[in-house]
Amino acid sequence: MIGLDESLRSLAAGFGFTLSFVFDDYDRTLFLQGIAYTALLSVASIVGSLLAGAVGAYVQFRGFRFASRLTDLYVQAFRNTPPLVQLYFFYFALGPTLTSVFGASQPVLSNVTWAILALTLYAGAFNVEIFRAGIEAVPRTTVEAAEALGLNQGQAFRRVVLPLALRTSLPSLNNNLVNLIKTTTNAYAIAVPELLYASSQIWSENLNTFEMMIILLVFYMLVVGLFSWAMGRFERAIAVPGWGR
Amino acid sequence: MQNANPIVDIRNVEKSFGANRVLRDVSLQVRRGEAVALIGPSGSGKSTLLRCINGLVQVDKGEVFAAGHAVHKLSTDAERIALRKDVSMVFQQYNLFPHLTVLQNLMLAPLEVLRQDRAEVEARAHQLLGKVRLQGKENAFPGQLSGGQQQRVAIARALAMRPSVMLFDEVTAALDPETVKEVLHTIRELVEEGMTSILVTHEMRFAREVAHHIHFTDRGVIVEHGDPATFFDNPQDPRTREFLSHVL
Amino acid sequence: MSKPGCARLRLFVAIVLACAALPVSASEGAATPSSFATLIKWLPLLLKGFAIDLGISVASMAIGTVLGAVVGVGQISSRAGVRRTSQWITQFFRNAPWLVLLFFCVLLLPYHFTVFGFSIPFPAWAKGIIGLALPVMGNVAEVVRGGIQSIPSGQWEAADALALSRSQTLRLVIFPQALKRMLPPWMNVYAVLMMATPLVSIVGVEDSVTVARSVLAAEGSPALLMPVYGLVLLLFFAYCAPIARCTRRLEARYAIA
Repeated sequence: MIGLDESLRSLAAGFGFTLSFVFDDYDRTLFLQGIAYTALLSVASIVGSLLAGAVGAYVQFRGFRFASRLTDLYVQAFRNTPPLVQLYFFYFALGPTLTSVFGASQPVLSNVTWAILALTLYAGAFNVEIFRAGIEAVPRTTVEAAEALGLNQGQAFRRVVLPLALRTSLPSLNNNLVNLIKTTTNAYAIAVPELLYASSQIWSENLNTFEMMIILLVFYMLVVGLFSWAMGRFERAIAVPGWGR
Repeated sequence: MQNANPIVDIRNVEKSFGANRVLRDVSLQVRRGEAVALIGPSGSGKSTLLRCINGLVQVDKGEVFAAGHAVHKLSTDAERIALRKDVSMVFQQYNLFPHLTVLQNLMLAPLEVLRQDRAEVEARAHQLLGKVRLQGKENAFPGQLSGGQQQRVAIARALAMRPSVMLFDEVTAALDPETVKEVLHTIRELVEEGMTSILVTHEMRFAREVAHHIHFTDRGVIVEHGDPATFFDNPQDPRTREFLSHVL
Repeated sequence: MSKPGCARLRLFVAIVLACAALPVSASEGAATPSSFATLIKWLPLLLKGFAIDLGISVASMAIGTVLGAVVGVGQISSRAGVRRTSQWITQFFRNAPWLVLLFFCVLLLPYHFTVFGFSIPFPAWAKGIIGLALPVMGNVAEVVRGGIQSIPSGQWEAADALALSRSQTLRLVIFPQALKRMLPPWMNVYAVLMMATPLVSIVGVEDSVTVARSVLAAEGSPALLMPVYGLVLLLFFAYCAPIARCTRRLEARYAIA
């Protein structure tokens, strides 16, 4: 095992590559941890933003006056401002303010939590629009038929509108969620140890910036490719024959 | 003006799209000045055959000669462009360029491909518009014209290249009955002036009156052909008889 | 600005001001000079920083659009090699996180390069422009490809039948029609770019975010945290929201079924 290690190491060195994150224990841990945090941020914000999007779309579908106005404001605010500044606002401004309001000595929420919150709200705003477009694509007559059968608004939404709207939304949703995965790198700015941050720690020590960059780019290409493939499979699996395109 | 050598000579042509054999052993000759009608049920290969003549579709086997070009041997873009200067095509969907006016549609190819003098090209465009009876529509956009008017512009656009052979691919199929007449009238005039024309059409009466020769295709072969009188009054093959009984 | 737009902007401003008021009431200690006055004092500097963001976004958009148009046309080339390379380039730069590409450019491009014995410095903002232009290139390539492919095939056939060459067809028939359809998604790419521009603050460019953080560090007052960041958010909102509305209107007009 050690012999293999040594020969691979010298092989890599022969090409001028320093792949310390493969060979060095500390670096490897950093790297794997980075992957874990990126995964955590991605999964948590994907789930959160889907929920936020669904709630927002539902509110607008039902037409509740105040909630609709609020949702509209939320969407406008988060779609037209930079996600990095949103993140800074939450972590550097809102966070300390809340801390002093609650009179706590420690920050109320960790940087990871703020990152997830910020990413969720950011992607959620786009999801509201995506779901809304999907809902509007469901013909009015279909909804009327559901109501004529005695379903109340909530049931009609859950059992008739949402399933159809979801299928229409999938391509745009795929796009948005892929963007979300890429945007998790913003968390670097508030020292969340996700993959970019971990890589930067590795390259500042080992001066193998180029190699780490390539690894990063390859990693994201793989992740995005995998995710899009999985979404494509999902799309085909739930497709209704003869409906939509 | 009749030449013994056919200006379009198709010999034993075969074409398949995937597993679908669209043309199986088709042979056809057209003499200069002749108007030939291709009729038959949908999917019998008529449109494909037409596209083999101007190189939009490459044949799998066989030979195609058109206006002196060996179409089946075309390999370079320059050769294809040379062919299409002599053989023009009018489509069922007119395919006018929507962002250009009628006049610009007519002038585009002569200016860019033939590189002719602008004043000359413009004069000819006006003359052609008169010929298809659309004077006054020079500055209209295709979207502002009716289907029949657009199709006549398409015919004029094809004529602007001064071709030796004109191919018409079901040019009245997308038009409503009133406008069909005006387009057929234009084509009839062209034929009477001696333009070699190959028409894929469903208009039986028109084919009978205007064409010099009728070919009936079914499932990728030419079943029967003859001059209009013989063909329509005395069809030999049972398949021809069946087809004619449905459409006449 | 239309009525709902005005209302939204007013509400947004109201919320930002409320955020400004909150810490003033919550903070213990001596009465701070009105956060408002401080904001006004620093406003010119913040605006200058925002102008840097604007300038960078415009430059990146210009470069990325030109490159993206080339790659986009390459994606439909008749030569398989060109086609595959273009597709790879597009996918690569669309799938890469913007921040990683920025780091790549800022850290790996040289600090200066020598031309004819002259040493020309390569400042961070220039690298930032290039770093942002790369994902723009990927996205614009997709927009261009989509626009071209949305033109019905009948137009290609008719141009072919008229003996137009491939480049003539693209130049005279396809592009003029496709350009209108490309406009809304292209404007959308700019909106995304503008929103990503503050990332340059992480790699050492002095933009509005850098200025904001310097201001906060200089003043050292926690009461200013929310107003200053709120103001930056407001600046971007005031610039981007009208663009988004314009894009939506164009989308409706040039809608492709």
